[in-house]
Parts: sequence; structure tokens; C-alpha cells
Amino acid sequence: MRDVAVIGVGMNKWGELWELSHRDIWTSAALDAIEDAGVDHVDAMYVGCMSGGLFVGQEHLGAMLADQLGMGPIPGTRVESACASGGLALRQAYLAVASGAHDIVLASGVEKMTDVDGAAATYALSTAADQEYECFHGLTFPGLYAMMARAHMERYGTTIEQLAHVASKNHANGAKNPNAQFPMKVTPEQVLASPMVADPLRLLDCSPITDGAAAVVLVPLEMARKLSDGPIVRIAASAHATDTMALADRAEISAIESTARAAEQAYKAAGIGPDDLSFCEVHDCFTIAEVMVIEALGLVEKGQGGQAAASGLTALDGKRPVNPSGGLKSKGHPVGATGIAQVCEVAEQFRGGAGERQLDDPHWALTQNMGGTGASSVIHIFERVGREAGR
Amino acid sequence: MIGSARSWREKPQRYRYQAARCSGCGKVFFPPRVVCDKCRGRSFETQVLAGSGVIETYTVIHIAPSGFTDEAPYAVGVIRLDDGVRITGQIVDCKPEELAVGARVRREFRKVTEDGPSGVIHYGYKFVPES
Ligand SMILES: [Zn+2]
Repeated sequence: MRDVAVIGVGMNKWGELWELSHRDIWTSAALDAIEDAGVDHVDAMYVGCMSGGLFVGQEHLGAMLADQLGMGPIPGTRVESACASGGLALRQAYLAVASGAHDIVLASGVEKMTDVDGAAATYALSTAADQEYECFHGLTFPGLYAMMARAHMERYGTTIEQLAHVASKNHANGAKNPNAQFPMKVTPEQVLASPMVADPLRLLDCSPITDGAAAVVLVPLEMARKLSDGPIVRIAASAHATDTMALADRAEISAIESTARAAEQAYKAAGIGPDDLSFCEVHDCFTIAEVMVIEALGLVEKGQGGQAAASGLTALDGKRPVNPSGGLKSKGHPVGATGIAQVCEVAEQFRGGAGERQLDDPHWALTQNMGGTGASSVIHIFERVGREAGR
Repeated sequence: MIGSARSWREKPQRYRYQAARCSGCGKVFFPPRVVCDKCRGRSFETQVLAGSGVIETYTVIHIAPSGFTDEAPYAVGVIRLDDGVRITGQIVDCKPEELAVGARVRREFRKVTEDGPSGVIHYGYKFVPES
């Protein structure tokens, strides 16, 4: 397997983009990534999209978007793993370059969620859970994560105030991200006063409905050294694991085992541990998700995730920064694009281009993207390397 | 509109609470599966689920999906039945403040939802406080 690097990133302002279509949003991000990479073509493309069918009535996205990009007849592949579609598209692109099948590959993600009303969007998202034995009973995604939150609270004493601090911390970071959908600060008190969605989760515990896309270009590391004039983002590990679809079938409802399994593989492949990470971008689709994920990643001990945001541990200036981009919570969550946008943040941070949210000299970063209630998790670890070989 | 066969084929589970017990290792699956994830066995015997259990976790849905908007707020939980099988279902006939992890509930046969104004009416199990 060859070493692989990210050399170009593309992401525009996310939000309710009524004037733009699914294809427009994606094509702009893809072209930006290709231009940023300084290449004149790509050999193949992968696009993560959870539900073109339910959100805009369009499938066959691999072909359609290759066409829109003006680069047909390159192979175009659509990848779906619910909210982890973007992360999994990155992994497929990584494997294509690492294996030698292709040299220059576009990894991308897109979701256009505001063409349907709230109930239809809620339904579309719920298809990531077990339709016949969870959603049949009236469960929604906030409802499923609310049950995970209740289980975590019962077992470990986690509080709703601690969850509110997760939202507050991520909005503080997102306020420094010009691409964020909701770049405003939010206090824990505001979270606790927001309308109830699924007890104990309130509106400001939930990530929003978002239109958006993101794209990155991958090439072999040796080619990246020739093309780049700055720090290079090497993919040090790519891992993917699954768990039971239904929450009721899990060994423990208050833990995300697929993330723990993927993290174990990723740390081993990269030859590092959680203590080596400069920062993480994780899948905070709900505040409780960030709590459970940082436990599964080993950033804190099991059961200790609740305190991490409130104590400042995971703040931008904390010992273990989590979601410097603002996370799904503030930046937005166009589901198929989320896993790719996490990589855009890694590249911005490694290149020193993260503006007000720039971290001091980051060297290792981890991205964690998950589908459903954690039935799938995709983890990548990145290392910042110099242009000269041997560093 | 989805055809009625989709819910018709779930009747053994939704009406008669039938689970599948692996003949090889004894693991119980609800709903039944084609293959056992523990011993890879493909032979199962039908076992009817226990009628009562305890709430392991729950939520009260305030923002409901299509088909449930008239019912909100309503409670849904994961119940650990007395035979050890976990099952997801609504918890009804009680106020949200009466819900608690560890509280005992029993199963009843109820209407769950319907496919719009002219579609199939879906029946199945819900849970009520055991008193
Ligand atoms: Zn078995």
C-alpha cells in the first residue's frame, strides 16, 4: 500500500441554501478542491450522500456528479453509510490511491436537506435506524440519542448541564469559522431553555438541518511532495467498523462500540495513541454523541466524557481540543458532507489557515464520523509532514 | 405508498410476539434472523417473548415524525423483558413524570400508527405500567 496525502480542500459557506441545487453545491466544492490541489484533472471520484433519493429525489449520483464536474467518463462512485457517508467516501478514495488503482482521486460529500419540510427531513434521517423495530414505534434520531443519553446519565451520572456545555463549547469554536451555518455563541443556560425535542435532549443539543458540500483531493504522498509548497496532510490511518443496527441489540446502550473498535485499529496503524493527538474532529450530531465518542476514542476514561466540555478539557485552548471547526452542532450537518468537512478542518489547521481558531503547531489529528446511532464508524488519523522525505 | 405485504409479514412478531431461539447456542433474536451472530447456526425454534419487563432507558418524543404528530408528546423506551430479551416500544397510559429507568411495564396489543388517511392501520405491542 502506498502512503496517501490530502492536497486540496474545498468547502463553502453552509446553511439553508435555497437558491442553490444539490448539484450546484457539490460542483462548487469539488472544483474548489481541485483548484486548491493544483491539478488539472482527477482519475476517479467518490461522493458520500446519505439520501439523494429522499431529500431531492435524485439517485445515480456517481454518474450525475462526474458529469456535472465536466470530467466524464471518469469513474464516479456514490458511497452511503448514513451520516458516515462522507467519511466512508474518503476511505474508499484512500484505498483507491493506496492500492495503486488511481493516482489523483476526489473524495467528497453532499447533502441538500432543505428542499423537503421538517417532517420529511426527520423521516429521511430516521431511515438510518431500524425502520421496522425502532422507527415503527415513533422513534426519531433525537429520540434514539435521547435514550442513549438517559442510559449514560443513569450509569455514569452525566447531567443535562454537562451536555449543554458541549453545545456551548462547539458554538464558541464555530463563531470563529466563517463557513459555519450557526456561527453564534450560545450559553449553557440558552441550551437548557431551548424547546424540548426528545427528553432529555433540547433543540440546542441537536445539530441542524443543513445544505452543504465538501471535497478533498488525494494523491500518493510522493506526488504530494512535488505538488505542494507547504505542509502536507498525510493519511496515517483509515479504519471502519460496524455494530448492531438497533439500539436494543447493543451490549451497552451508553457506549459507542463501533468507534472504539475503529479507533483501536486506527491508533495501531498510525503507531500513536490518544495522548499524541493535537486535536479531534468528532461526530457531535447531538451533545451526548460527543460525550460518548470521546470516551470511545480514549480521550477520557469511560464514564468521564460528561465533564470534558464543562471543565475546559476539550475547549480550543484546552489540553484535548475537540471540534475546533464548531462541529456538526455549529458548523451544520449536511449528513453526507460532514465526514469530508472534518478533513477540510484538519488541512486548514495543518496549513496554518484556520484563522481565529488556529491551534498552535498541530501535528497529529483524528476525524471520527458515524452513521445512525453508531452502527457504523469511520476514523482517520492524519499527520502533518514536511515536503522533504524522511520527516 | 408502501404495499401492505411489508407490515403483513411482520405479524408473527407484532401480533404474536414470536422470537427465534437459536437451536445451536440458545441465543434469542427479536425480530428473528436468518443466521445466529454467536454460533453461525441457521436453525431456530419459535419462542414467545415474556409479557413483562423493566424500562432500561426511555425518551419522551416532543417533535414527532410523520404519522405520529397527533400523539406527541409520547414515550418510547427500550424494555428488558423478564426472559432477558430487549425490545423497543412505546410506553403509554402514564404521565411522562411517572416514567423511570427500572420501572416495571407489561405488554399490551394496541394500534401503533397508520399509513396516511387511506392506508394500512398498523397494530402491534406497546407497554403500560405494571400495577
Ligand atoms: Zn447460535
